[in-house]
Amino acid sequence: MLIRGTGSGAGSVLFKLYVLAFFIFLAAPLLAAGMFAFNDSQFPSLPWQGFTLDWFFNDTEPKLGMFHDRRLLRGLNVSFTIALAVALLSVFVGTCNAFLFVRGRFPGKNFFYILMVLPLVIPGVILGISILALASNVANGVEEAYNLELEFLRPGLLLVILGQFSFITTITSLVITARLKKFDISLEEAAFNLGASRAGVLRTITLPFLRPAMIAAGIVAFLVSFENFNTTLFLVGSDAPLTITMYDRMVKVGSTPVLNAVSVFLMLGSGVLALISLLVQRDKSKS
Amino acid sequence: MGSDIRKLSLLLLFLPFSLWILLLIILPHAGMVVLSLQEKVAPRVYEFGFGNYVDFFMEPIYWNTLIRTGLMSLLVTFLALLIGFPVAYYIAKLAGNRTKGMLFMLCLIPLWVSDLIRAFGWILLLRESGIISSALMASGLIDTPIEFLYTDATVIMGLVYTVMLFMIVPLVSTLDGMDNAMIEAGYNLGGNGFTVLRRIIIPYAMPGIVSGCIVVFMMTAGSYLTPILMGGKNSSWFTEQIYDQFISRYNWESGAAFGFLLLAFTSIVVWIGLKLSGQTLSSTVAKS
Repeated sequence: MLIRGTGSGAGSVLFKLYVLAFFIFLAAPLLAAGMFAFNDSQFPSLPWQGFTLDWFFNDTEPKLGMFHDRRLLRGLNVSFTIALAVALLSVFVGTCNAFLFVRGRFPGKNFFYILMVLPLVIPGVILGISILALASNVANGVEEAYNLELEFLRPGLLLVILGQFSFITTITSLVITARLKKFDISLEEAAFNLGASRAGVLRTITLPFLRPAMIAAGIVAFLVSFENFNTTLFLVGSDAPLTITMYDRMVKVGSTPVLNAVSVFLMLGSGVLALISLLVQRDKSKS
Repeated sequence: MGSDIRKLSLLLLFLPFSLWILLLIILPHAGMVVLSLQEKVAPRVYEFGFGNYVDFFMEPIYWNTLIRTGLMSLLVTFLALLIGFPVAYYIAKLAGNRTKGMLFMLCLIPLWVSDLIRAFGWILLLRESGIISSALMASGLIDTPIEFLYTDATVIMGLVYTVMLFMIVPLVSTLDGMDNAMIEAGYNLGGNGFTVLRRIIIPYAMPGIVSGCIVVFMMTAGSYLTPILMGGKNSSWFTEQIYDQFISRYNWESGAAFGFLLLAFTSIVVWIGLKLSGQTLSSTVAKS
């Protein structure tokens, strides 16, 4: 090791212990949320009553498993729809933004770049209320002027998708921009010299190069959308996504182990997605 | 001909960007400011005025909550930096190549689950019938269960936990770019560990530190779930006031004013932070 850490051997052991303690701190609440999914008890608390999978698969009250709980399943379905829409939209716009800021030359580029990053630091609650207020204002205005009810501008799926899209696009843009910057432009030039068309080059050379970043950005967008609460809270209509359904359950019914089961399910799901995004990126860096 | 196509494609690329920023960021926020300047004079009758802002400053509970939220967010930011910096340094500089990637991935694990589940986990650990209290009882250290939830310290710890990742990632990426020879040179010139840290490592990592602090501060001040779930009724977080005005009281004008005040307040704090540290937005968060 070239650099001295904290000098003495004892100091370096202490440093390692500190890092270890930090990771225990990171893992503790996740383990706590996970373990009670398998406890054969009505309440998510000690003592340990024995291992069970009832909170996943049991089909009768009072221990209704998550895969038989219709409200949770509906929430899961809504969340999935929203997350998929947000991921596709934000990867598309993010890719356009990457080309715009890496390849484009136009006045005020730095200013626009800061505008692009801004949504990431605006509190989610404020994004939610501002979009809610604007959409409602437009809907009210149209209703008064033309006696036309624009249902899609009222709280509901579309507003949730737009609200999440508004800041998730910043994330996808940054990820894809970083990748496009590493692109060797001479590859495109070579293809042009060999007589390829603009569209052909984009399709066969540039986009395949960007694909791992686009997939990774899409996965991050999907996860962030799935987990989002602050922005969604204000824009949600009658179809509540999973986080809102779970929050309602926690506040109104109190915590039951079925929520732990959902937590385990979500942790596994995001773990698999994170792994996929890692594999996709690794594959590409070798070739 | 070629330049026409270039201009056209630039315009086409600019279209999604401008629609996004204009329709979902600029117009809603402008609308929020306009809405906040609508004063209710009679049922369904509004006129232009600063009434909602006057109400805010006349009612101590409102501005106290905002200041409290700001101060606690600063404390959370500072603690996240203090706790996260050594870990980031370890990952970037001391860990071997293989452990490095693994530790970095481990840092990202909390990102895999939502705020809600993280807060839920903490509740199960800390509440009166929770794991820590039960474990202390079983070990005989305490006789009656202890409630760890619903205190400011718990809220701060929960928030530090939630935002930690956004502090560590920028720190690791700036420290990673630092040449080890710089640190070695510091030692060779007779500096001790503390001097090297203060004169070489921290100045070099400044863009990452400021970037992490900005994101963490804004996220903390704008957070809603963690203070509500871990702090309970007396968490007095400002976003709770906004939610109250919007959803419970259906007073959108005042809610919009509160939203604008939160945005203005946090932006001013970030601006002061940038001035004090001698950084700019484009050298930190918007680093291209």
